[in-house]
Amino acid sequence: MSANALLRIGLYFAVLLVLVKPLGAWMALVFDEAPNRVTRTGAPLERLIYRLSGIRADEDMPWQRYALAMLVFNVAGLLVVYLLQRLQGWLPLNPQGFPAIAPDSAMNTAISFATNTNWQGYAGESTLSYLTQMLGLTVQNFLSAATGIAVLLALIRGLVRRSTNGIGNFWVDTTRATLYVLLPLSLLLALALAAQGVVQTFKPYQDVPLLQPTTASETVTGPDGTPHTRTTPVATQQLPFGPAASQVAIKQLGTNGGGFFNANSAHPYENPTPLSNFLEMLAILLIPAALCWTFGERVGDRRQGWALLATMLLIFVPLLLACTAAEQAGNPALAAAGADQTASALQPGGNLEGKETRFGIVDSTLWATATTAASNGSVNAMHDSFTPLGGLVPMWLMQLGEVIFGGVGSGLYGLLAFVIVAVFIAGLMVGRTPEYLGKKIEAYEMKMASLVVLIPCALVVVGTAIAVLAPAGRAGIANPGIHGFSEILYALSSASNNNGSAFAGLSANTPFWNTLLGICMFLARFPVAIGMLAIAGALAAKKHVPPSAGTLPTHTPLFIVLLACTVIVIGALTFLPALALGPIAEQLGMFAH
Amino acid sequence: MATLIRQSLRLLAVLTVLTGLLYPLAVTGLAQWLFPQAANGSLIVRDGRVLGSALIGQPFSDPKYFWSRPSATTPFPDNSAASGGSNLGPANPALADAVRQRVAALRAADPGNAAPIPVDLVTASASGLDPHISPAAAAWQVPRVARVRSLAPAQVAALVAQATEPRRFGLLGEPRVNVLRLNLLLDAAGAAEPARAVAHVPQFP
Repeated sequence: MSANALLRIGLYFAVLLVLVKPLGAWMALVFDEAPNRVTRTGAPLERLIYRLSGIRADEDMPWQRYALAMLVFNVAGLLVVYLLQRLQGWLPLNPQGFPAIAPDSAMNTAISFATNTNWQGYAGESTLSYLTQMLGLTVQNFLSAATGIAVLLALIRGLVRRSTNGIGNFWVDTTRATLYVLLPLSLLLALALAAQGVVQTFKPYQDVPLLQPTTASETVTGPDGTPHTRTTPVATQQLPFGPAASQVAIKQLGTNGGGFFNANSAHPYENPTPLSNFLEMLAILLIPAALCWTFGERVGDRRQGWALLATMLLIFVPLLLACTAAEQAGNPALAAAGADQTASALQPGGNLEGKETRFGIVDSTLWATATTAASNGSVNAMHDSFTPLGGLVPMWLMQLGEVIFGGVGSGLYGLLAFVIVAVFIAGLMVGRTPEYLGKKIEAYEMKMASLVVLIPCALVVVGTAIAVLAPAGRAGIANPGIHGFSEILYALSSASNNNGSAFAGLSANTPFWNTLLGICMFLARFPVAIGMLAIAGALAAKKHVPPSAGTLPTHTPLFIVLLACTVIVIGALTFLPALALGPIAEQLGMFAH
Repeated sequence: MATLIRQSLRLLAVLTVLTGLLYPLAVTGLAQWLFPQAANGSLIVRDGRVLGSALIGQPFSDPKYFWSRPSATTPFPDNSAASGGSNLGPANPALADAVRQRVAALRAADPGNAAPIPVDLVTASASGLDPHISPAAAAWQVPRVARVRSLAPAQVAALVAQATEPRRFGLLGEPRVNVLRLNLLLDAAGAAEPARAVAHVPQFP
């Protein structure tokens, strides 16, 4: 790897880690139950929101009620996104006159955005009105992220509180996450992106002349039933616009990832410059990383937060380097066809199919790794065209359960489920009752944590089996041979871990795929969140156990390695056979001759 | 349960107004006021006529122009109403075939050029709208364009340098050449004395 590549990667982590403490401390402050200077300043606006919504902010919910509120609120949001898509033809702010979206596609997109997956079955610029993008997608970008933070806050209360029933108020947690964290950060990022060239306007699409006119070729079926190619001259191209910067900002910050345009953040109007790219990449991991600090602060031991962040980096960094090396090494088939893939001062070289010139290799692989480690799923390069090993990295990061940074809030509560499994394993080794942060981990918590860890795994494996066996599933495959299986495995891994990125050659906007992936996204999000809330409720009811000589400390390098191994072993045991049939076999085949 | 549903719908309505209406409108207002050129699509305007966008690539196949990267959009390349990549897998024979055809087309347009062809010039971009090529891909095309336009290679290379954007802060991204800007500079250089014509092309953000 070149010096520039290492410097760019180093700068990314340096800026990210520098921001962890200030943002983490800010979030610890705004989510503090005791009033403080920040929440007192915002209190009038908060009170207005609660009054308009008929909410009592001082209600302390038991976990069942908290879970029900979360479920009702998110399903309501889901239905609004569905209706907006179905009715957009009759609604305002639709300058291109787009008609209603088909029911299966609309439901898929609604589930996708309500579950923070943001799987992109739609092509934004050619199907969605400005109103649908704003009132539907942008809103759910905020609220699904806020929901993730809320569930994490409830879990933290479960760990901190003693012998009580309540784990907080879902309405207040969601409102505060939106008001104090997501909105201000999005406003800043949106303006920075607009300054770089991300469009932010309500004007209709605009035809501009081509300097050199070209020809369009379409395959049409003639009157006698034989297909032939019809060519027509083209003298203009149509530039798509819309309120993109405001949506792209929260799409990146909220680990959402659904693009304003079809090409997502590879589109020059969604990610025009290396600087906009750096900011958007930073936004992917920013809140998940900072929440580790917030966690440490709220449980009263900052080392606990650092330990979780260190575990994430321990798995993330080697995979990033592997992905970058694989893409920079290039594709032997391109070399054989006459392309020069050597890196030099004048060209990035490497496997540039499906990558943008301004990002080259390093910014593409750093993005691909970050977006799949976090459950973001936005892309600035086409993962389907990565080399097999380069594409294995994002696929496996999703299969690890989206706990290496993971979704906003959901990544950390997912990792805490693995923590429970890890202390349980350690407890078995030494023959003691496991405990974490002064709470005994018993059969109930262990059962729930196992469910939380295994639900996404089961969805990926069973879903892939169904799709491979069903003709309608195989019909979506774009690439022949082994790679076609990888496309299916990637899609199920993405939906069943609420990531949303794709091997985009797969034609997934069909009733079969919309339904299968919709079910996976829903089951991967809400049962898992409810399982974590059940753990929160059980922990809150327990007494505090003071640490003894037999207590396993959970902030040491030993525990960090144990936790990382737990995540990796579960991910490897579950998915190695499938990966061997997909990317591993493809890589061996490509370099065999 | 009824209370929960009522509270859900009302909170959803309030937060929708806040995040789906007030927030995008505030960003639009501020962006239109502070960065109107960037927020409106970075259009290249000359004498009141829009010539294209600095950020959206255009297709070129005429030997007198620098060619953009291949584009997988349909039904024509660089169709900005339907962005997207080829999504061809690395081992797909269709990918190798496409690259071979592009190599052949480039070599046919410049038979005397034996230099290896930079990979970005024969692979499709992710968006299908990539406005840039690498400096290596521009350098490879300089002899052809100079010959067809009867210009000195050094003069063409100077225009390439003018259309080149360096790494941000010397560190971020890749150095790159804006193809539409370069071809507009070329046309202007061919039509009049270079210095005056060049001044007509607006600078890029």
